[in-house]
Amino acid sequence: MPMPVIRIPTPLRSYVNGLSEIPVQGQTVAAAMENLLTQYPAMRPHLTNTNGQLRPFVNLFLGESNVRDLQGLETPLKEDDKLLLIPSIAGG
Amino acid sequence: MTTTTHQLRVDIPAVAGLEAHVGNTPLLPLTHLASRLRPGVQVLAKAEWFNPGGSVKDRPALNIIRTAIDCGQLGQGQRLLDSTSGNMGIAYATFCAPLGIPVTLVMPSNASPERISILRSLGAELILSDPVEGSDGALRLARQMAADAPQRYFYANQYDNPANWEAHFWSTGPEILNQTGGAVTHFVAGLGTSGTLTGVGKYLRENNPHIRIIGIQPDRPMHGIEGLKHMPSAIRPGIYDPAFPDQLLHIQTETAYEMVRRLGRQEGLFVGISSGAAAAAALQIAAGLESGVVVTIFPDAGYKYLSNPEIWGG
Repeated sequence: MPMPVIRIPTPLRSYVNGLSEIPVQGQTVAAAMENLLTQYPAMRPHLTNTNGQLRPFVNLFLGESNVRDLQGLETPLKEDDKLLLIPSIAGG
Repeated sequence: MTTTTHQLRVDIPAVAGLEAHVGNTPLLPLTHLASRLRPGVQVLAKAEWFNPGGSVKDRPALNIIRTAIDCGQLGQGQRLLDSTSGNMGIAYATFCAPLGIPVTLVMPSNASPERISILRSLGAELILSDPVEGSDGALRLARQMAADAPQRYFYANQYDNPANWEAHFWSTGPEILNQTGGAVTHFVAGLGTSGTLTGVGKYLRENNPHIRIIGIQPDRPMHGIEGLKHMPSAIRPGIYDPAFPDQLLHIQTETAYEMVRRLGRQEGLFVGISSGAAAAAALQIAAGLESGVVVTIFPDAGYKYLSNPEIWGG
């Protein structure tokens, strides 16, 4: 059965066994992210603060749209959606 | 009443173009933020947004362009090509426009709308790369484009081009030494390409072997300090020697954001995120000193980051 997928940015792939895409369970962005962090707990300190909230610079895009401009973490996910975890632009 | 235009013409001395206004930026003291330091300790910041293109990148961009023209690699129809996070691209486009040199820039598609608009206004051709692949993805794409069409492009390659750090060796370094009257004891700068740290650091160390050179990088691979690189998880620039800095400080994104807000509200300095990281690091170094002059670089102003609500808070 198809599942939503989260695309992992290059700098974080060492925490997910080198994978670029991770299938996740969850019908919302929040549930999908929690599922990702449950599968790969080493990712948690990179993406969430000590209160368990996503850190302010963690940008999640569904297609061309930042989920902040949709329904935030409650944005619904379909089974064939790809959620992009976008790094900041670094260097030069 | 009829006026004649010739009456308005006056003889004026030759007026220098934009290139002549690169560098010689102000060195500003942090006063309120540094008020709890020991009396003999100062923190000073180079206000690099005073450069014509709005950032520290004017210096290396101009030197790369001039060097390439002098070597016959640019100016005979080639397009200047590079990957950029924004500021270097803006600097290339600023100086290439009046020279009639076309510019092609590769940047991740999540670059802020301000940056994309500025670059388009300056006539640059933009190739937007996969945002998930980040700046390294843009770099790889630019390398591939250069390899595929070497006649079409002069690949400026800011990460590996010695003209990058040499610009700081010949301009920023001497300015800091002169503006502090030789009193600088610590130099603190963020690592992006590492050109600023390398060029300024080499110059200052030649003049004072006891000076401390401190590099700043984000504390994690995933961060929000745009313009800085987390070196262990990124493609290392060819001009960066990890053994060169005396010390590396790792700054949290949230710390940089908070410092950006404090710089605005307490010092009247409306600066970008990497300046927040620079101030946080410089103040951290200064807090451990009995006496000294800590100099850092504020690479740009805050205008290009206004669309990011997470930085500015309420």
